Amino acid sequence: MTALDNVNFDLYKNEILALVGDNGAGKSTLIKIISGAIVPDGGEIFLYGKRVEINNPIDAKKLEIETVYQDLALIDTLDVTKNIFLGRESGLLFHKRRQEIARKIIDGLDINIPDIREKVRFLSGGQRQSVAIARATTFGKRIIILDEPTAALGVRESKHILEIIASLKARGLSIIIITHNLEHAFFISDRFFVLRNGKEVGVKEKEETSVDEIVKMITGGVFVK
Amino acid sequence: MNLRIKSFLKTYRLIIILVLMILVSSLVSEHFLSLNNFLNIIRQISMVAIIAVGSTVIIVNGGIDLSVGSVAAFSGVLFAGLMANNHLPMLIAILITLAVGAVVGFINGGVMVSFSVPPFIVTLATMYIFRGLAYIYTGGGYPISNVPKNFDILGRGYIGYIPVPIIIMVLVFIIFIWFLNYTKYGLYIYCVGGNETASKLFGVNVKLVKIVAYVMGSALASLGGVILASRLNSGQPAAGENFLFMAITATILGGTSLTGGEGTLVGTLLGAVILGLLSNILTLKNVSYFYQLVVQGLVLMAAVILDVMLVKKTS
Repeated sequence: MTALDNVNFDLYKNEILALVGDNGAGKSTLIKIISGAIVPDGGEIFLYGKRVEINNPIDAKKLEIETVYQDLALIDTLDVTKNIFLGRESGLLFHKRRQEIARKIIDGLDINIPDIREKVRFLSGGQRQSVAIARATTFGKRIIILDEPTAALGVRESKHILEIIASLKARGLSIIIITHNLEHAFFISDRFFVLRNGKEVGVKEKEETSVDEIVKMITGGVFVK
Repeated sequence: MNLRIKSFLKTYRLIIILVLMILVSSLVSEHFLSLNNFLNIIRQISMVAIIAVGSTVIIVNGGIDLSVGSVAAFSGVLFAGLMANNHLPMLIAILITLAVGAVVGFINGGVMVSFSVPPFIVTLATMYIFRGLAYIYTGGGYPISNVPKNFDILGRGYIGYIPVPIIIMVLVFIIFIWFLNYTKYGLYIYCVGGNETASKLFGVNVKLVKIVAYVMGSALASLGGVILASRLNSGQPAAGENFLFMAITATILGGTSLTGGEGTLVGTLLGAVILGLLSNILTLKNVSYFYQLVVQGLVLMAAVILDVMLVKKTS
């Protein structure tokens, strides 16, 4: 069974790329390869023109590629600060200082969390997603992959998250978002990469396409202009 | 129930229970309110409290250690034997015994992470193994009583007016509160217990953290056993049967969640005090030990139910 067949995928600096396709199209597989969760049977990865090997998540992190999966990988029993700094603690912990920095990070991304000492499990879906994104984008990252960032969110929270993601572009990051919600994708994405049954169907700039056309590319139907 | 009342109850429930118990106890028994009795209570709970620190670390880390009572017993007889038969100086005997305790923890944690065996099973096995070894070491269950004169210092001695076990307990709590709250590995104990997959994803050495937790837990069980042996002025292979229950109950009463990732040592200490108070007042009123067992079981059940009710609903 082939999950991905001869797919050539490009990501440019400072863009938001929507990776779309139906269930089983291969989107998850593709991002798992980039994030180091899976090693592909063939193919190469180039970063800034240099060939790189990504054999595990640590390799990806070293290359400053960060992924936020759908389950968010947050530690529910800990507060916002501890989640943001996960894996980045130094020897002795000085809470006050870390809380201040975390507060700045949250405020800097325009995230609305009144008390960051709250345990993450008591936050709303949108707040949790924001914390996961804040964690992924702090500490100097270049590429952020977001897997269905708005799937679990309501209308208002989705809009807020999308605004946050859009603001990441201004910071010089490159972002890949996987989403089933094409409306959301059109709201912030620059380009669309469409997969169907493990094969690349096409790549479109936002200006030269429409939701209808993308849908047709995803499902394999005919698009009438 | 009103959210604010719930929140208040949740934060201060231990102190409230403590105060209520002191009130009721002093009404129910005239012998309760005395300095001597209080010192007795604290000295009595000191061993359980020390072992409970280890249990708390392990449960917060998402695990469980059923072998604490056996390790305590084995440590007690080993400590006695080293001093009585091998004539080792006390400090050396203590260090060797604690080292052995640490090794048991290493076995527990090591087997668990290397072979992915659930901690319940591994520690159930070591519980039996070390209880058996305690009996074997004493040649069939006879207490080791030919201990030197200074043997009972740890368990019965005083520094000034304060019993030594209490001093050791306080030191242990200070060290481990510092460890859990101010060091990276202390934080990782919580992380791994709260979400092991996420921790691993972010570079935490989950296996190492787990082993560290179990080493600490067993070393502390060992220390508890050493103090107990000193208190009994002999090494008793059958000792510490109740330690497991008391340590875990104190931990749960204190607010540590069995699912891992949350809990405080201060809570565990209060839990141990509450258990100690309970045991004390029942003893003062001459309640049969068997009824005490029933009460202890009910307390554990109540503690878990209370915890689930309060933790799940409040924010």
